[in-house]
Amino acid sequence: MNGMIAMAYLFSAVMFILSLGGLSSHETARRGNIYGMVGMAVAIIATIAGITTGAYWMVIIAMVAGAAIGLSLAKRVAMTQMPQMVALLHSFVGLAAVLIGWGGFLDPRINLHGAAHVVHSTEIYLGVFIGAITLTGSLVAFCKLQGVISGKPLMLPARHWLNLTAIVACIVLGVLFVPAEVNAATVLNLLLMTAIALLLGIHLVAAIGGADMPVVISMLNSYSGWAAAATGFMLGNDLLIVVGALVGSSGAILSYIMCRGMNRSFISVILGGFGSDGGEVSDEEVDGEVISIDQQELADDLKAADSIIIVPGFGMAVAHAQQAVSDLTDRLRSMGKTVRFGIHPVAGRLPGHMNVLLAEANVPYDIVLEMDEINPDFPDTDLALVIGANDTVNPDAVEKPGSPIAGMPVLEVWKARRVVVLKRSMASGYAGVANPLFYKENARMLFGDAKDSLQGVLGKVCD
Amino acid sequence: MIIAIPRETAEGEARVAATPDSVKRLLDLGFSIVLERGAGTKASFSDELYQQAGAEIRENITTCLTGADVVLKVQPPSDEELALIPSGATLITFLKPAQNAELLQKLAGKNINALAVESIPRISRAQKMDALSSMANIAGYRAVIEAAHNFGRFFTGQITAAGKIPPAKVLVIGAGVAGLSAIGTAKSMGAIVRAFDTRAEVREQVESMGAEFLTVQVEEEGSGSGGYAKEMSKEFIDAEMALFREQAKDVDIVITTALIPGKPAPKLWLADMVDSMAPGSVVVDLAAEMGGNCDYTEPHKKAERSDVTIIGYTNLPSRAATQSSRLYSTNLAHLLSELTPEKDGEIDLNFDDEVIRGATVVKSGEITWPPPAPKVSAQAKKPSKAIEEPKLKVEKEKKNKKSPLAIFTFWAVAAILLLWFGKVAPPDFVSHFTVFVLAIFVGWQVVWNVTHALHTPLMSVTNAISGIVVVGALLQLGATGSGLVTLLAFVGVLVASINIFGGFFVTYRMLKMFRR
Repeated sequence: MNGMIAMAYLFSAVMFILSLGGLSSHETARRGNIYGMVGMAVAIIATIAGITTGAYWMVIIAMVAGAAIGLSLAKRVAMTQMPQMVALLHSFVGLAAVLIGWGGFLDPRINLHGAAHVVHSTEIYLGVFIGAITLTGSLVAFCKLQGVISGKPLMLPARHWLNLTAIVACIVLGVLFVPAEVNAATVLNLLLMTAIALLLGIHLVAAIGGADMPVVISMLNSYSGWAAAATGFMLGNDLLIVVGALVGSSGAILSYIMCRGMNRSFISVILGGFGSDGGEVSDEEVDGEVISIDQQELADDLKAADSIIIVPGFGMAVAHAQQAVSDLTDRLRSMGKTVRFGIHPVAGRLPGHMNVLLAEANVPYDIVLEMDEINPDFPDTDLALVIGANDTVNPDAVEKPGSPIAGMPVLEVWKARRVVVLKRSMASGYAGVANPLFYKENARMLFGDAKDSLQGVLGKVCD
Repeated sequence: MIIAIPRETAEGEARVAATPDSVKRLLDLGFSIVLERGAGTKASFSDELYQQAGAEIRENITTCLTGADVVLKVQPPSDEELALIPSGATLITFLKPAQNAELLQKLAGKNINALAVESIPRISRAQKMDALSSMANIAGYRAVIEAAHNFGRFFTGQITAAGKIPPAKVLVIGAGVAGLSAIGTAKSMGAIVRAFDTRAEVREQVESMGAEFLTVQVEEEGSGSGGYAKEMSKEFIDAEMALFREQAKDVDIVITTALIPGKPAPKLWLADMVDSMAPGSVVVDLAAEMGGNCDYTEPHKKAERSDVTIIGYTNLPSRAATQSSRLYSTNLAHLLSELTPEKDGEIDLNFDDEVIRGATVVKSGEITWPPPAPKVSAQAKKPSKAIEEPKLKVEKEKKNKKSPLAIFTFWAVAAILLLWFGKVAPPDFVSHFTVFVLAIFVGWQVVWNVTHALHTPLMSVTNAISGIVVVGALLQLGATGSGLVTLLAFVGVLVASINIFGGFFVTYRMLKMFRR
């Protein structure tokens, strides 16, 4: 029986790897998702079949309840809310890891001695620690994204010291906990560490601002994987270890890609507060003047242009303008114009967020391109339309080595013959840097709510 | 350095190599400018305007050219002019180097450096200096104007009380710069325009100008190097002629612009085609200077054959002298700005610069024409990119290269740690650890292949499969542990199930939305 279960787990692990592999292209992605479901079903069935004692009714109740909650969440969530959804799901993994860790700790059947006991305790300790940080960190991220609490970074005095103290405390407690036999003191010890880790999770993420969320979410994704792996070690279960490692490295890669997209080191993102420590909006005056246009002029520009590149940013999601963007795109394409999208890796609040929003609005994915694919095409483009993006199109990143965002890869929209920026006001972006793009000779601004503006423009293009 | 601009002496030449505007640009480059009196008069630029711009007016060509370091002209110099250009000076003008070997010899003999503007390579960077294109544009425009002038009817169609006015039908042969310009002009005057070209890739340009693209069904690609057409096979020419014979009966105006570099113009509009055209029709032959595309063309003249007017003017740009002088002088100003990178009024014939190398036909007494073939044609952008990329890669690799010692130390330390670990850890743990490390590497490889556009589904699907911790909770739930453990495990199963079902379902929803 054990051999069969092990083979079932092996099969599941292979399915999960194929599932992630399937996401390498749009064509195979759906099949990949199905591989994932099959792997999960096999793992669960094998596990339940292996349970010798009859607790089946509890299993069924818990799973049916979980399925009902999960499916209704997944069904109702709007694509603009995907970042919150993902954050919430991370927190569940964290919670499960904490619960299983505690369960393993309290389980009276386990009676180990010597090195095996040390290893087992370490695994429990690590699982609970990572799980607790993931749990509260994800919840804070969720609250920030949902708007329950402010997206601004929380700046406690001596916050780095607070973090350091918490980590040192956890290490000290760990050293005491690991070799000790299970008794009231160790229970208190683990409880104390859980509380500290929960607070640390809150503080870590609270100190990070809204636009760094793509990194935070990827990082929490990674943590949730490591938490699962630690749980796997504790239970001696290879399947959990494999999945934990897959998810952990996936999150790490995403974090790395996001950091590279912002040209910042991972450490500086985690320490939080970008552009806010002393980096107020630079007083430097930018030469030139901002020329604002109205909807009719943008409509005329669009009609006159043959090739158009649309660059959406988080502002598009905020204004819920993706459907208006899609309608305009359809209209322009039916007029025989080339319309494409350029997506910055950190646009939005989640890796790949813009792609999902545009897909939801029925924009075909083959006209949605990555930054590196589309940057060389800007010089041959008649019109670049920037919707709710700011820092990701800032020419200072390329042209001014002294700028706070120097070196960050950006979409080079200013190389197009004409740039029109849809924006609510002249406020600076997340990085707090003025954007000389708005002052360029070939740039025009259309102020107002992106959705209203685009709907107006669409009406005038159709005239 | 002193730039001298003499009055053009060739017959029928009204253009001038500098305008008051370009004089200002040249002064900014650090040059001083002398101009022969009346040089711009025929192009409607008075001497006063030049003086206001900062040029000095000299009474005659002799005083103008004395002491000149650079001479700007439009037409190749006559022998008299050549005699007046000081030795060691640089002459920039149209030279027709392919036909004027003798003139090149004379220039070399007098040690005059010469830049032929028609030899500027046709690459993107040199577009602003491309005087051939500027002039071809005007020639195309003027060809339609001359045709309209000699055509007894309207271009546009109208219905009037006095009867219907049929629109003119115009056929443009060769859709180069001149051809496209002619198409645009004729179209904007209201004519029905058709265009023929051997190069299939110009179809889009022709259609974008509003003309109908005529083609023949023979598989052959007519693109030569440098954006010109090449000579075609016999089958192709036969099919082409059949098409033209058919068109000849229908069209009112034919504008031919077909040129093959370095060869006489191909005969495309033959005698019998002209004969079959309706009386009053007009043929404008823009290739007249190279022998003409039409059998009846008389270069420099207007001829009348079988009641068809055949225009063989070779000075069409000069017939719009104000505009063509403006464009030509701007082209020259751009060329001079390339020649004086320091803006100090000293020109430098830098042969490492592809554009300058191409344009220079005589340098320090030696004939440097023809130049080596252009490295990159306008369409062939890709190969140049491919050449650059490996270079970048090499640099990148260099950057990433760590010293072998550091790599060795790293792995040696890692190996020692692993060995120590293997010694103290329980064997069970060692096997799990092996799985763990290998799985990280698998994950690393697999996830790097995920396309950027699918990063959100990647996160939600990893959410779902993280729900695999349900296995841990299930094991605990199944065991007869304490009541507290059972409760913890129950909640664990519940939240992990939320992840599994929620994660997979939301991923499914998202992936369904992605459509081509």
